[in-house]
Amino acid sequence: MGAQGNILFSGVGGQGILLASEIMAYALLAAGYDAKKSEVHGMAQRGGSVTAQLRYGDKVYSPLIEPGRADIQVAFEMMEAVRYLPYLHKGSTVIVNTQKILPPAVATGQTSYPEDVLNHISSLGIKVVLVDAFDLAREVGEVRTANVVMVGAVSTFLPMDASVYEGIISARVPARFRDVNLQAFAAGRKVSQ
Amino acid sequence: MTERTDPLWMSGNEAIALAAYEAGVKVASGYPGTPSTEILENLSRYEGVYTEWAPNEKVGLEVAIGASFAGVRALATMKHVGLNVAADPLFTASYTGVRGGLVVIVADDPEMHSSQNEQDSRNYAFAAKLPMLEPSDPAEAKELLKLAFAISEEYDTPVLFRITTRIAHVKGVITKGEMLSSSVPPGIEKMPAKFVMLPGNARARRVVVEERMRLLRDMAESAPYNVVEKGDSHRGFITSSVSYLYVKASFPEAKVLKLGMCWPLPEQMIRDFAKSVDQLYVVEELDPFLELHIKAMGIACHGKDLIPSQGELNTAIVRKSIDLASVTELFAPVALPMRPPNMCAGCPHRGIFYNLSRMKVFVSGDIGCYTLGFLPPLSAMDSCVCMGASVGIAHGMAKALGDDAKGKVVSVIGDSTFIHTGLSGLINTVYNGSSSLLIILDNRITAMTGQQNNPASGYSIKGEAANAIDLEALCRAVGVKHVDIVNPHDINGCRKVLDKALERDEASVVIARAPCVLIPEMKKAANIPYRTQMASCTGCMACVRLGCPAISWNPVGPEKAKSLGYKEKQKGFALINEVQCNGCGQCRALCKFDAIVRQEA
Repeated sequence: MGAQGNILFSGVGGQGILLASEIMAYALLAAGYDAKKSEVHGMAQRGGSVTAQLRYGDKVYSPLIEPGRADIQVAFEMMEAVRYLPYLHKGSTVIVNTQKILPPAVATGQTSYPEDVLNHISSLGIKVVLVDAFDLAREVGEVRTANVVMVGAVSTFLPMDASVYEGIISARVPARFRDVNLQAFAAGRKVSQ
Repeated sequence: MTERTDPLWMSGNEAIALAAYEAGVKVASGYPGTPSTEILENLSRYEGVYTEWAPNEKVGLEVAIGASFAGVRALATMKHVGLNVAADPLFTASYTGVRGGLVVIVADDPEMHSSQNEQDSRNYAFAAKLPMLEPSDPAEAKELLKLAFAISEEYDTPVLFRITTRIAHVKGVITKGEMLSSSVPPGIEKMPAKFVMLPGNARARRVVVEERMRLLRDMAESAPYNVVEKGDSHRGFITSSVSYLYVKASFPEAKVLKLGMCWPLPEQMIRDFAKSVDQLYVVEELDPFLELHIKAMGIACHGKDLIPSQGELNTAIVRKSIDLASVTELFAPVALPMRPPNMCAGCPHRGIFYNLSRMKVFVSGDIGCYTLGFLPPLSAMDSCVCMGASVGIAHGMAKALGDDAKGKVVSVIGDSTFIHTGLSGLINTVYNGSSSLLIILDNRITAMTGQQNNPASGYSIKGEAANAIDLEALCRAVGVKHVDIVNPHDINGCRKVLDKALERDEASVVIARAPCVLIPEMKKAANIPYRTQMASCTGCMACVRLGCPAISWNPVGPEKAKSLGYKEKQKGFALINEVQCNGCGQCRALCKFDAIVRQEA
């Protein structure tokens, strides 16, 4: 104990960010940490850019991560890895799902999808870990487990054993999806090990 | 690491629902509104509590007042703007007082994550002469709500309970508590001097209100939730709500007076605290509520001279507002295409807004998912003020401009919002005779807040069968002679009906009826998506202009165009993402080249 940290989840509404951040939160609680998590609901959720902020430590007061103090960012979409750059610091780790989801201005041909954004953040001294979460989820047989692949990828950056996450996943997903989610977790974990 | 056995990990709203259950609440009513919605949703799952969605917040509070008069513990929930709607019963319930404990939960939304304004509901406590409790996080919300019911019964008062987005939608560790119950006997008690607020009775109750507030002020001096936390007295902070957490995170060594009750204030406690510190800071989100009342006591303090009065606070804002030397350099943001919220693929609203975007009309809009019709590429909303306002605003424009407004003003409202407060606007339109057209977007659900049932859905809060209002008959009953029902996915058919309605000299209603794609029946329904016949696409972009998230534009250069078999000058092609497509067919109706076909074809 004594450790504390801030994990920022970013992505697009509908990508399963809330479930992924819930698994992480339960894993931290199981390890004996205090934790708080902020989510945004309502209008902002409709296909828009969404975040969840998870803070843990001996005692957590503020539910919001301070700019410049996110230690880990879990980005479920490539461009959304960069939108919250002011929250990161030199030495932060960004785990990126390489999937692209086109925002309206790109989908309607008014502008193009920004390339090269990940090189920019690497050049700032931020560690970037690429995860083909969508492909890995497809390989385990269920594309909707991409969010759990991401949990697997981020799990190696936290002190809890794999068994802690596996127990939580087993307890929290419906029985018929248990095995595929455990495989998704293992596939994600392998990427960052 | 220590293993913790099954901690309750709950959002503020889930914790409040549990607290209401543990407090012995018997009746709870409200109207959905972010960030308050999940309180009633969660409470509806507990045994022994009657819960309901009311048509609006005023009715919700009146139901709770009735339950309190009947001697049971009662709860009303709403978002901040909902308290404006419920303000009428609130101000007089302050005079009647209660029998069973009555708590009104109001969820403010600093930063306007999902709201049209960021009013500070604490001002209602002052104006309505009511006590207000303010927790700082989910665990405290749970404890304070249970106390709120005890205060309500002991002091014969409704109690306001204010949360914000960062309490409602923050998750934290919660502990289960003991079940409480009221000592008030349920039953019919005739107490006219207390319950019948005619002037003669109200004048007598007015005196009771002042006496009650005096007693509450005394109580505040020793209340367990108004606490001085010892620390360095160089800087002393008076704070409440989530601002307390930002103070603790930014100045952990400082002395703090944390107020769990923000009205009435413990004046002597504040005076003593002010004397005990070198510099006094009042840290609060939005209005200088505490600051004004503390300054009115003649106590000097810093407050909004340093702390922003707009938007949310956070630890960094609090720290740098007070300690300028603490500013650290951050990575500069990168310019990226915006990713605003959008109507879903297959959303029925899109068809109506597509038509409106091509008609030269002023669109008086309202509050719901369909407010997103304002955004490009449809950009088909010209005003949006508050729940139900669309109808009255359109009528007002029509009256102001006379013949110049004929056929040029349309109001657009959802089914739930129409029932909430739009109906009285329609009655006015008919009674006072304007020809403005009202489109009711009837998707059978209160969608924006997360698919809650409403009086037109045919289901209760628990999903049990309930009466479904016949909107067509309702409109006819208030005197609308022309009521048409259209399928909003039939874009061309809708246009004909809308054009005809606009030509009329009398009020018309068009009900655009198709279910929200997110309701369970629609999610389960067999869905046959459309796909693009690549060879037939001419790159005209007609489908792209719908702004459907399932349709993307793929630009190509001359070489690529030729290699795809297109004319050299074709700038690109549209593509339907068949996983996202919900098969509504709106794009099919717009494609003149038969490039969009059903999957099975």
